[in-house]
Amino acid sequence: MWKTIKRWYHQLGSPRYFYRFCEAVLPWLVPVSLALLAVGLVWGLVYAPVERYQGDSYRIIYIHVPASSGALMGYIAMGVAGLVALVWRMKMAEVMLKALAPFGAVLAAVSLLTGALWGKPTWGTYWQWDARMTSMLILLFLYLGIMALQNAIRDPRQAARAAALLAVVGVINVVIVKYSVEWLNTLHQGATLKVVGESSIDASMKWPLLISMAGLWLLYAANVLMRARTEVLSRERRSGWVRRLVRGGEA
Amino acid sequence: MNPVRKQRLFVVLAVLAGLAVAVGLAVYALRQNINLFYTPQQIVNGEAPVGAKMRVGGLVEDGSVQRDPETLNVVFTVTDGKGSFDIHYQGILPDLFREGQGIVANGTLVSRDRFEADEVLAKHDETYMPPEVQDALEKAGHPGSKPGAKEKDAGYPRGDYNESD
Repeated sequence: MWKTIKRWYHQLGSPRYFYRFCEAVLPWLVPVSLALLAVGLVWGLVYAPVERYQGDSYRIIYIHVPASSGALMGYIAMGVAGLVALVWRMKMAEVMLKALAPFGAVLAAVSLLTGALWGKPTWGTYWQWDARMTSMLILLFLYLGIMALQNAIRDPRQAARAAALLAVVGVINVVIVKYSVEWLNTLHQGATLKVVGESSIDASMKWPLLISMAGLWLLYAANVLMRARTEVLSRERRSGWVRRLVRGGEA
Repeated sequence: MNPVRKQRLFVVLAVLAGLAVAVGLAVYALRQNINLFYTPQQIVNGEAPVGAKMRVGGLVEDGSVQRDPETLNVVFTVTDGKGSFDIHYQGILPDLFREGQGIVANGTLVSRDRFEADEVLAKHDETYMPPEVQDALEKAGHPGSKPGAKEKDAGYPRGDYNESD
């Protein structure tokens, strides 16, 4: 087990191997993610039953929860990539750190917007400076800050180091986002889906939600691989394998 | 692991641990301000300043909602099992407002038992179920199916931060 992880780490740490991995995985990852997303969204938005108190407005959960969880997981992944980039100075970790940020930022923004749209009919307000909402807004700013840092410093390795530090430190905010609804009095309700124990959502509403989540996470993964692939080609443009590739050969 | 990397790992983890402790202490110290609202128990105990603008939260007591047929005025009692007071409000209540529901109100505490709200927000609990499932549960006499039966789930303000003061 440990040996396999170690081999993967070294293999994917090589830009050329990573490029081949992307070429092999992306052709099925993109259609699978889009298919899951389509099934989950159509099922959730059209066929799932209405909610007893909220009626149809609850259906925004099929966008809001996948987007929020994607934004949080993407940030955790950036934290891990940041740690590897800082300690082991691995180039691929720097590439991943850069590739993870844009889609995550979009998801955080989607989470905030859909939350506001749902909040108006449900709570009676678009926005409150509630601990959950404020910490989610900070998550969006952290994403934007990391993207800005990466673009502000010309040398890509220096830029990656600065962004990595912000990514690692910002993981604390993910913990606050997750537990704010349990530790503090907030307007936002607690978690509906639970990894351990029974989720407090009826099965007829839960399955489309889980499928949409899986679809959006895979779409995020596909987007990260595409961005990372482009970044690898740009960074390795002087190497022999990229030159051969450009001339129409194999990587 | 080579010593340089080990040292870098140590520095990064130390920075992270230090910041986590700092943020944790800051959040703990600001608990009173980060908490969105005062609970009925705090109001009854006189912990909330009379005459000040503030937010309060609690459960709408069953059978306490009185609407004026001529105007938008509404009066209802908010409770948390340890204390209760009346909220006076003029305006349109959110769709989810109902008896047994958790709410948060923004306004002025006029006296110990009278709060004049400018804004009433409904809290939503984390359970989602279709109407048919609720009907089935109610027929079977399931206690968790009634609104407000599971106190925490109905947005019940947890009074855990009362104990610290």
